[in-house]
Amino acid sequence: MNTLLILPLITPLMVAAVSFLVWRRKAWQKWLSVGGACMSFVWACALFESVRDGEILTMQAGGWAAPFGISLVADTFAAVMVLLTATMGLAVTIYAVRSIDERRAAFGFYPILQILLMGVTGAFLTGDLFNLYVWFEVMLMSSFVLLALGGERAQIEGGIKYVTINLLSSAIFLAAIGFLYSVTGTLNMADLALKIGALPASLTAPLSVLFLVAFGVKAGLFPLFFWLPASYHTPPAVVSAVFAGLLTKVGVYALIRTFTLIFAFTDVDVDNLLLTLAGLTMVTGGLGALAQTDARRVLSFLIIAHIGVAVMGLGLNSTRALAGTIFYLIEDVIVLTNLFLIVGIMGRVCGTFELARMGGMYRTHPMLGALFLVPAWSLSGVPPFSGFFAKLALVQAGLEVEAYTVVALSLVVGILTLVAMMRLWAEAFWKPSPYVVDAAQDKMQTGKMLLVPVCALSLMSIGLGIGAEAVFGVALTAAGQIDNANGYIEAVLGVRR
Amino acid sequence: MINAVISIFALAGVAPLIQRFAGRRAGLLVALLPACLTVYFASYAGVMMRGESVTQRFAWAASLGVEVKFYLDGLSLLMTLLICGIGSLVCVYGGGYLRKHEHLGRFYLFLLAFMGAMLGLVLAGNLLVLFVFWELTSITSFLLIGFEHEDEGARAAALQALIITAGGGLLMLAGFVMLGQVAGGNYDVQALLAQGDAIKASSLYVPLLLLIFVGAFTKSAQFPFHFWLPNAMQAPTPISAYLHSATMVKAGVYLLARLAPALGGSVEWTSIMTTTGALTMIVGSVLAFYQTNMKRLLAYSTIAALGTMVMLIGTGSEYAIRAALVFLLAHALYKGALFMIAGIIDHQTGTKDVEVLGGLRKAMPLTATIAVVAGLSLAAIPPMFSFISKEMLFEATLDVDSNAGRFRLILTAVAVLAGTMFVTVAGLVAVRPFFGSLKVTPKVAHDAPLEMWFAPALLAVAGIVFGCMPNTVTDRLIAPAVAAVYPNAAPMELALWHGLNVPLGLSVVSIVCGLVLYRAWDALRTRTKWTQGFSRFGTEGMFAAGGELIECLARWQTAILQNGKLRIYLLVITGTTIGLTAYTMRRGGITFPAANFFRTDVKFYEVGLALLILAASVAAVRSKSRLGAVAALGVVGYGVALVFILFGAPDLALTQFLIETLTVILLVLVLYHLPRLKAITGKRARARDLIVSLLFGALMTTLVLITASVEFDPRVSDFYAAHSLPDAHGRNIVNVILVDFRGLDTLGEITVLAVAAIGVFALLKLRPQAIKQRAKRKRRQLKPLKTTTRGEESPL
Repeated sequence: MNTLLILPLITPLMVAAVSFLVWRRKAWQKWLSVGGACMSFVWACALFESVRDGEILTMQAGGWAAPFGISLVADTFAAVMVLLTATMGLAVTIYAVRSIDERRAAFGFYPILQILLMGVTGAFLTGDLFNLYVWFEVMLMSSFVLLALGGERAQIEGGIKYVTINLLSSAIFLAAIGFLYSVTGTLNMADLALKIGALPASLTAPLSVLFLVAFGVKAGLFPLFFWLPASYHTPPAVVSAVFAGLLTKVGVYALIRTFTLIFAFTDVDVDNLLLTLAGLTMVTGGLGALAQTDARRVLSFLIIAHIGVAVMGLGLNSTRALAGTIFYLIEDVIVLTNLFLIVGIMGRVCGTFELARMGGMYRTHPMLGALFLVPAWSLSGVPPFSGFFAKLALVQAGLEVEAYTVVALSLVVGILTLVAMMRLWAEAFWKPSPYVVDAAQDKMQTGKMLLVPVCALSLMSIGLGIGAEAVFGVALTAAGQIDNANGYIEAVLGVRR
Repeated sequence: MINAVISIFALAGVAPLIQRFAGRRAGLLVALLPACLTVYFASYAGVMMRGESVTQRFAWAASLGVEVKFYLDGLSLLMTLLICGIGSLVCVYGGGYLRKHEHLGRFYLFLLAFMGAMLGLVLAGNLLVLFVFWELTSITSFLLIGFEHEDEGARAAALQALIITAGGGLLMLAGFVMLGQVAGGNYDVQALLAQGDAIKASSLYVPLLLLIFVGAFTKSAQFPFHFWLPNAMQAPTPISAYLHSATMVKAGVYLLARLAPALGGSVEWTSIMTTTGALTMIVGSVLAFYQTNMKRLLAYSTIAALGTMVMLIGTGSEYAIRAALVFLLAHALYKGALFMIAGIIDHQTGTKDVEVLGGLRKAMPLTATIAVVAGLSLAAIPPMFSFISKEMLFEATLDVDSNAGRFRLILTAVAVLAGTMFVTVAGLVAVRPFFGSLKVTPKVAHDAPLEMWFAPALLAVAGIVFGCMPNTVTDRLIAPAVAAVYPNAAPMELALWHGLNVPLGLSVVSIVCGLVLYRAWDALRTRTKWTQGFSRFGTEGMFAAGGELIECLARWQTAILQNGKLRIYLLVITGTTIGLTAYTMRRGGITFPAANFFRTDVKFYEVGLALLILAASVAAVRSKSRLGAVAALGVVGYGVALVFILFGAPDLALTQFLIETLTVILLVLVLYHLPRLKAITGKRARARDLIVSLLFGALMTTLVLITASVEFDPRVSDFYAAHSLPDAHGRNIVNVILVDFRGLDTLGEITVLAVAAIGVFALLKLRPQAIKQRAKRKRRQLKPLKTTTRGEESPL
């Protein structure tokens, strides 16, 4: 039994549980959360260290052998995602300490954030399809509460769209699990990988499409992404940041898992379907970002555009492409979280997120401007930041299999992103402020504490670019494991395919 | 070499600090490093003359083919000397020019960062590393063009330049990756150069060539991408002098020259490059004629000059390459100087419009002298270095006979046109402001301080010195550079006097024509002004229209997709599910399991139950009141519970009964306070919704029937039955599954319930009103701003 697999799950749960016990002590909850986030980070690092060379750790919950109980599995891909979750969790918790108002804190903001992080971690670690559904529910409910906490009109409107569409996705997911269980008699993903081969492709292909739709909604694929731009701009920046960084990526992760492990058939049709959806996602997301006038909505559409790029790697279906996707996910999580955090600070300074009313920060907040450029360029794939290398890997993989259209689209989306980001920057920083602002008073508004996570994440973007070789090495290891699922199956079930 | 690049970047990082502490002397201090580097790189000239090269390397992202390899040969050396030499001068000049500017520290930061990027670009021995620096020059250029950021025009110009150059760069990346793949995953430039024939034979040759052309042409402002360069003149003049005449815009030319041995020589290469170059020369020359802003005049003549270089490299003869590189050097010297002169005039008089300038020679004698010397260079009058380069240009175009046949005359004519226009521009920029009668300027003119005239003076003098002893320069700089582009080049001999020949005649023609045009400039320009009306049909207008089109498309598609209506969202998602699943079913060749559907062993009460559920569903949809709908849904739930009972899951049925009862009671309690249902959709929409719902139901039914026809594998459920009592000590298997076998699921679900409870509590208790009022109060103290958190229904 491997404790390292359960610690990242138990820690946030315990923090949340204790926080519920000290419901009225907001300060306690706050610092408990920070402490818990630190601990989770340590566990995640330990977990990553122990699997980075390609080992696969497993744990059978309750000691019931697979496939009868629930398996927790950490291969390199899962461990990378867990590490990212813990890192982002730590960053946003620190950011929240200074940015979340007392009233939200009084209604359980911190413990619910911890539960959200637990849900995300659980989704990455589980090796059981129904358990994945449960973690999705944990994520959905806690994210909905975080989204609606505060009860402003726009929040409720966004929250209702968010929760309704996601419940539809959950229902489809659940139905798909039911169908799959009735034809295989198992829920364990490794076991499913073994059993699925015996079924005709004419049966499994439609089932796989149900999963594609269910996870596609979560990931924000075209034409299923509506909930994202409808809701991500309504809650406080720190909530948007953790959503932007992690939630859609869980959807992509689930897509990658199911389509490499369970539905790993060499069905070109499904690959083409994925590529088509990826291409359309990139274009609609990129264009959507251009049409926005609110800084947070620009970012919301960019999330979608870049989900398309990540899914493109899955559709290309080669080890190199998968490695590119994993690299891309790593980069995307850090960069998008960071961008939302920075935009949050910008909004505090300017008192608005409307681009037309922002401005003048080049003079008053030059450091913030510099900090914004790092993730902005990274997201656009401008070297030498991490995004460039991820994009490079995907372009190489795409050209190798002569998927010219989607490669061209991925480059175009880079340009669209660059335009959207630089226009945002020019508006918010370069343009003179449309209002008479007392700069000294404005300076006060950015707490130093808010800059700590932002600086850390920007440094990570730079570091991942400089250390691209090491990161890509990890991504290749992870991609090798998921491309050839035998190691995973053997680690879980102890038998070979 | 690596240290040189790193040191420049490091200096960039501390430059704002230096500026803060050293004040006026900061420009000199900052210029020290590039000046030293100039000397350092110049010390390699001897090595280059021997035909050797220097390489340094270390791995960066080797698995992706990115290996940091720095490579210094003759071509790189020529570029590094320009970058460092002119760079140090620009630092000094910029310190004077922007002395009172509040962001002078940032100027040094961006300028040095650009310098480092440019150095890296020309030293890179790996295509991908080259690309990294290439994009870095684009983004530093963006920051520099937008330096006067409060000016809307500067912001727009910066964005335009970024979109064009960085966008072109991204396409070029695709070309690079293809090139690397053709060469077997190798991105090493020197290795690529050796595989020229294999590359040209590849089926990917033409696409990759086109992509690389896009990158190089956008960067070097070739037609039809030329328009960003004049707009980039919004940058402060030191930046225009450095980036947009002497160095960055030559990056494209450099790249083409660098890759010429690998990609050059083919019909595509020659025809595309000579055509583009010639068109650019024409466009640049013609448009230059209509400018009155000194900087834009110079910018258009720069475009023509860049076109000349591209054209020369495209023709690819040894002589043409030589001419191109000599011209590259000569152009950098005089154009840098002239931009700085324009900057001095602008700085000292407050205007850069040649129409309102005149007679400044008395007020600014020093500037006038330097300007005339540099102007002679631009006009290519002997004994200037540029005279030699122009002679070579004519000789090269006359020589293309063997390569491109009938283009010879056209190219020569174009070259004469460009030469003519250079003379006119020289007159306008270097003569007209200083001679004639003194005109009133916004500021009272007087000569510039030392740090501002020193740099252009040095560059202008260099033009004479190089012209007087051309072979000293060519042996050390040009010949090694030519050897890098055109291996096995013969030794070259340059001289001002070539004897009476055709090129000399063409030179005289262009000078005479240029002078005539200069004299007639005012009259001719005003008389042909109507032609400028066509400019909106130019490529800039097309790009702008294209951008506008994309924006419209973006707004249109977003308004359609993200329309704010939840019911449409759900419809699309459901429709997508149906469509995709049905599509794969059809492709997979699944047939409808009719045998499962029309079973004979169905009991009558089962049919009755099904009908009851159906009827209740219809009632729920059709009900006019919320209460009725809730009651009908309750009936559906009870019906499902009955199904559970009939098929042997009594405990599930019990749970279902409980949940349904509770839900109905709760809903009724809550709904009592809600307004009556309103019809928000028309008949047609409801019909559409009905069809989609029925299709979705049909899809699910089909899937159930299909999956039910597969025999169930009872291994897991058998295990539960067998182990529930002996191992888990529970008689109720469902309970054991919930709390033991799959306890983790239950833990998760409990958590979901707890969170939901808090959510409900918070929604009820946490009133937004209080927050809003407090925020409003806070805001009022800060500034007159209304903050709104808008939903997505608000207009986009």
